[in-house]
Amino acid sequence: MRARYPSTLDTMRHKGWVRASHWIVTVSFFALAFSGAEILMVHPRLYWGDTGNDLTPALFEVPISRNYQHGGWEKTARFFNTPSSPVSASRTYDIFNKNGWGRSLHFLAAWFLVVTGAGYLLAGLFTGHFKDRLWPRSREFRLHLFWQDLLDHFRPLNQAATQSPHYGLLQKCTYFGVVAFLLPLAALTGLTMSPAITAAHPFLLKLFAGAQSARTLHFFASVALLLFLLVHVVMVIRSGFKRQMRGMTLGK
Amino acid sequence: MKKTHLITRRKAIITGLTSLGGLLLTGCVKKGPPTYGNILRMGDALTYAAQRTLLPGQALAKEYERSAISSFPATGTTNPGSLIHRGDNPNIPYSEAYAHLHSGAFTGWGLSIEGRVARPKAYSLAELKRFPSRTQITRHTCEEGWTAIAEWTGVPLSLVLQNAGIMPSARFVNCYAYDGYMESIDLLDAFHPQTILAYGMNGQDLPTQHGAPMRLRVENQIGYKSVKFLQRIVVTDEFVDTGDSGWAWYVGI
Repeated sequence: MRARYPSTLDTMRHKGWVRASHWIVTVSFFALAFSGAEILMVHPRLYWGDTGNDLTPALFEVPISRNYQHGGWEKTARFFNTPSSPVSASRTYDIFNKNGWGRSLHFLAAWFLVVTGAGYLLAGLFTGHFKDRLWPRSREFRLHLFWQDLLDHFRPLNQAATQSPHYGLLQKCTYFGVVAFLLPLAALTGLTMSPAITAAHPFLLKLFAGAQSARTLHFFASVALLLFLLVHVVMVIRSGFKRQMRGMTLGK
Repeated sequence: MKKTHLITRRKAIITGLTSLGGLLLTGCVKKGPPTYGNILRMGDALTYAAQRTLLPGQALAKEYERSAISSFPATGTTNPGSLIHRGDNPNIPYSEAYAHLHSGAFTGWGLSIEGRVARPKAYSLAELKRFPSRTQITRHTCEEGWTAIAEWTGVPLSLVLQNAGIMPSARFVNCYAYDGYMESIDLLDAFHPQTILAYGMNGQDLPTQHGAPMRLRVENQIGYKSVKFLQRIVVTDEFVDTGDSGWAWYVGI
């Protein structure tokens, strides 16, 4: 038996501001993911700390562009007369770079996401939306309920299960994690890559252990968000695509 | 009975939008930010307005220990006076003038400050080195995604602009380079204490591939604002869109 709450059609409806912010964030997220991939293609290496470039070792490299592991460097020149001196070298290679529009699109979409997201977070807190729908109750934290919920995600879904007005435990935890953790993490690590913003707010560099660490965390947050999107869309399709889309656009 | 709220949601939204409009308006009143007839530029203009409104403009970028100095790739033009050293851009024109200066160890080099200044003139390297200098170990943030730390020595741009006598009508500082590159910054960035005309890198003369004999350093901007191979500086009241190639005038991130 699944834990259920009394259901009325009224509590099933998504509120207008929830629906609007859901779709604005969706469109912004697609623009961000697309332009983000383009930006990563220009320099597909990721680092930890404050510095990282083609002449320093990388944490790892994402094999997504022709700039991946390119070797077009001139003989290096030492800055100091020490064996371990940092070096300089110039490229002999014409790199892929479409950041002219890529960055502008990324930041325009980020504006939409941040402004909508901030409005959503405020509304969610003040209307009790988070408390009522997203915040998991302590009585939901039972191992057997968790297992039940997990298994339900792999079973053919029946109408009764999908008619539930409330989110399951896993849904609550995931949505709450995305809304309160992953999206703010992506926004804050993004801001940490801005020299003007970290000059004014240096604690951001401390918080994320450096500009390149922030970039790496930004990458991981985006990958986590993309994985969430994948599972989210699969579950929407499995639980009745038409009905779910109607619910999230028209509210019924 | 109808419930009365002190603040309704509608009121809150309207108030919020009005104040946001007010924030943007301050940008318009100051005749900036530069706007573009391009939808992507909306975001750039908004970022400019928001950063100029919300950030304390003269906050210093983080400065590092000497041990943090890192390797530093030279990208873009690496020698405008050499046909084979134009880096990754085959479209950069060859500069015979630079080739000549380069072979003469930059003895005849001078930086001209012109436009909306009271005393336009060309400053020689020796003259610029006589100004009080500033040395800073800062992080270069390339728009490509990489970063590098180096020690830069130079004269604060503000001192040179003040020496030339900047006029009240001045609004932008446009920097032109020997490789045909040009970038423009506003006065807040130009007068930032860490914005320097650098002639030294890591304790030595600025290497050719990093912009010898002098380059701009704008530490609270992305790397492409730090123009290498400086030729002349034009103080102007006119916004010149450097974004013909699609690059935003102001990204700030």
